[in-house]
Amino acid sequence: MLKVLFSRFKQGYRTNKFPNEIPALPDRLRGLPRVDSSLCPPGCRECADQCPTDAIHFHNEKVNIDLGRCLFCPECMQACPQTAICFTQDYRLAVRKRDDLVVDDQAFKLAKRLEKESQRIFGRSLKLRQVSAGGCNGCEVDVNVLNTLVWDLGRFGIQFVASPRHADGILITGPVTQNMELALIKTYEAVPSPKIVIAVGACAISGGPYIDLPDVCNGAASTVPVDLFIPGCPPHPLTILDGLLRFIGRIKE
Amino acid sequence: MSLPHAARVRNSQAIRLDHIPIHPVEEFREFVIRSLEDGARLSALYGIPGSDDTVRLLAVLTNGLNGEISLTRTDVHESYPAITQNAPQAHWFEREITEQCAVKPQGHPWLKPIRFQRKNPSHPDGWQQNESPSIFPGVTNFFRVEGDEVHEVAVGPVHAGIIEPGHFRFQCHGENVFHLEISLGYQHRGVERALIGGPNKKTLSFMETLAGDTTVGHSLAYCQLFEGLASLTAPPRAQSLRGIALELERLANHVGDLGALAGDIGFLPTLSYCGRIRGDILNMTAVLCGSRLGRRLVRPGGVWFDLEPSTVTHLISWLDEVMLDLRNAVRLLWNTPSVMARFEETGTVSKQDCRKLGLVGVAARACGVEQDVRFEFPTGIYRFAQIPVSTWHSGDVFARAHVRWMEIQRSAEFMRDQLENLPKGEIMTPIRTFSPNTLVVSLIEGWRGEICHIAMTDENGTFAHYKIVDPSFHNWMGLALAMRNQQISDFPLCNKSFNLSYCGHDL
Repeated sequence: MLKVLFSRFKQGYRTNKFPNEIPALPDRLRGLPRVDSSLCPPGCRECADQCPTDAIHFHNEKVNIDLGRCLFCPECMQACPQTAICFTQDYRLAVRKRDDLVVDDQAFKLAKRLEKESQRIFGRSLKLRQVSAGGCNGCEVDVNVLNTLVWDLGRFGIQFVASPRHADGILITGPVTQNMELALIKTYEAVPSPKIVIAVGACAISGGPYIDLPDVCNGAASTVPVDLFIPGCPPHPLTILDGLLRFIGRIKE
Repeated sequence: MSLPHAARVRNSQAIRLDHIPIHPVEEFREFVIRSLEDGARLSALYGIPGSDDTVRLLAVLTNGLNGEISLTRTDVHESYPAITQNAPQAHWFEREITEQCAVKPQGHPWLKPIRFQRKNPSHPDGWQQNESPSIFPGVTNFFRVEGDEVHEVAVGPVHAGIIEPGHFRFQCHGENVFHLEISLGYQHRGVERALIGGPNKKTLSFMETLAGDTTVGHSLAYCQLFEGLASLTAPPRAQSLRGIALELERLANHVGDLGALAGDIGFLPTLSYCGRIRGDILNMTAVLCGSRLGRRLVRPGGVWFDLEPSTVTHLISWLDEVMLDLRNAVRLLWNTPSVMARFEETGTVSKQDCRKLGLVGVAARACGVEQDVRFEFPTGIYRFAQIPVSTWHSGDVFARAHVRWMEIQRSAEFMRDQLENLPKGEIMTPIRTFSPNTLVVSLIEGWRGEICHIAMTDENGTFAHYKIVDPSFHNWMGLALAMRNQQISDFPLCNKSFNLSYCGHDL
C-alpha cells in the first residue's frame, strides 16, 4: 500500500488543461492542409496523381482536397513542384456536414454545436457506444487514448458505455465491412432516440484506403445518418476531443 | 528415406519461381510433416487458384536453427489428403485454403470458414456458399457440449469496450470453461485481393492499415519484400531508423498491454500510469514522422524522414525519463501479491501445445520457446545489433506479462544505442522495378510476433499474388486453448495477455 502511495506521488498529476491550454504537438504533425492554387503550374496534376485515395480534385483550376478521403500522408506535398499544398499543425478538423470537408482556398467550416434541444439533452452528459466496423484499430487506439488520465474524457461528461441501450449515440470507426453491416444496424437500432452518430477517421467517412473495394460499404453514412465527421488516418486524439467538445458546445469560437 | 527436395532461401531473398519444385501431393505432404517434426515451423501454407480448376499450394517452412526458409509446391484439384491430422499447425491454413480456393483437405477435423468472405463469383468456396444470396458471419456449426448442466455463452461481435469485433462461444459448466470457439471475419476488407496488380499508389496505405497498431511492422515487412524483389538495399541510416521505429512500436504496445492487464484485474495505479506512458511513446513516434502510429515512416528504399541531431538528443533524454516512470509503474505489479495471485497459473499453455499449434511472438516465448525473427532470421539493422531473446517458462498470464517487460527493457537499450550511434548518410535509395516471375518471403518480428509477407510477380513484374500472415493468424487457437478449464471471468485477462489482432487476421 505504501509503495502504491509513493508511486502515486512520484508519477504526479498529468492531466492536460485542454481546452484552456493546448497541449504541445509534434513539429511534423500533419493537420489541416493549406492550399494556394495560385502557385500551381498550369495543367499540373502531380498531387492528384500521387494521392492514394484520390482525395484531390481540380475545380476551375483550383485544388480541392476532400479531407473525408485524405489519409494525411505527405505524398501530395512531396509531389508538388511548388508549395501549393502544405500541412499545417492546425488540429481542428471536425465538421457537421460531409461537404464541409472539402478544403480549397477558402476558410474551413468547423463543426457547429448541436441544435438547442439536442444541446440541452446531450450537452452535459454524452454516453457513446463505440462500434469498430472494419477499422484497422488505429482510430480505436486514438479514441481509447481519450480515456487515459492525460485526456480524462470523463471530466467533460463524455463516456464510452458497454451497451447501446445505455448510450445516447454511437461512434463508428472503419469503412463498414459487409460482414459488420448487420451488426452496425442492430447496434444503431438498439440506441434509444434521440440519438447521434459520429464517424471517426477516413474509413468511416468515405471508406478511406478501402474505398470501392467489393467487401466494404464506403463508410458509416452508407448505413446510418452521420451527425459529426472527424477526419484523419487516424485523427490525433486532440482532433477527436476538439470535435466532440465543439459538438456539445464546450468550445464556442 | 530422404526428404524430397525443396528450395531454400533467406529472409527477403528473391528466388525465381521456376526454382521452386512442384512435387506430387504425397511427397509435398510428407515433406511438410517431416520438416515440422524436425523442428521447423509452418510460416505459411496457402493456395493460388490457377486458370483451370488446378490450385497450386505453397508451403513456407522456417527453420530457426539455421535461418533457412524452405519452399515447396504441389498442384491439387477439388481435394487432397489434409495435413492437419498429422500437424495441427496447418489447421487454420487449411480452413483458409478451403475458403479461398474451394479445395477440400480430406480428413480435416474441423473444416469451417474462418473469415466468411463474400464470394467472388469466379472463386467459389469449399462449401458452395456462393449459391446462397448472402453469407452471415458467425453462422456455422459451432462445437457444442451437450448436457443438462452445461450452458453456452455467446459474446460479440460488438463488445463492451473500444475494441474490434469478433464472436466468442464458450461451453461452460458453471464458471468453468470446457471449450472456447472463436469465430472471426467481421473485419474482412479484401486486402489481399486488392493488392494483385500492384505495387501502385495505394499499396503502402493498405500495408499501413493491415493492423493499425502494427503499422511499422507490416509496412516494414512490405518494404523489405519490395527491396528483395527490386534487388535494393536501404542505406544504413534508414535501416537504423527503421529499427528504432519498430522497437518504439513494440514498446508502446507492450506498455499499453501491461497497463490493460492491470486494468482487467482492477489494479488501477499501473493501468493509469501505463496509459499515460504509452501516449508518450506514441508521441515519440510522431516526432519521427508526424504520425503517432508511424504512418508514412517507412517506405520502399528507406524512410520518409530524417532525424536532426537536436531531435536525437531530445529523444534520448525523453526515453530515459519514460523508462524511469515505467520501471516505477511496472514494479508495482510484481510487488503486489493480489496482482500476482491473478496472473500466476491463469491461462496456461504448455510448451508442447505451443510447438504443436505453432504459436509465435510473446505467446510462444512465454512458453519457453526461443523464437524471434530478429534473432533467427535477422535483416536490416538486426544483423549488426542483436537483441537477446526474452523467454519465460511458465506459459501463463504472468509469463506473457513478464516477457513483455523484459522485451521493453531490451528494446529501450537497443533504441538508446541506435540513437547514440546513428550511421551517417542518405535515408533513401532510388527504387527500381521488380524482377518478373520471382518470389520473396519477408519476415519481421512485429510486437505480436512473426509477420510474414510473401509476394509473387508475373512476367510484367507486378504482383501476381500477395499473401499476408499476421502473427494473430497463428495465435488465436492458442487463446482458445488457454481458456480450457479456466473460469469464464478470467477471459478478459487471458484475452488481453494475448492481445491479438482482428483486422490483421481478417485482412
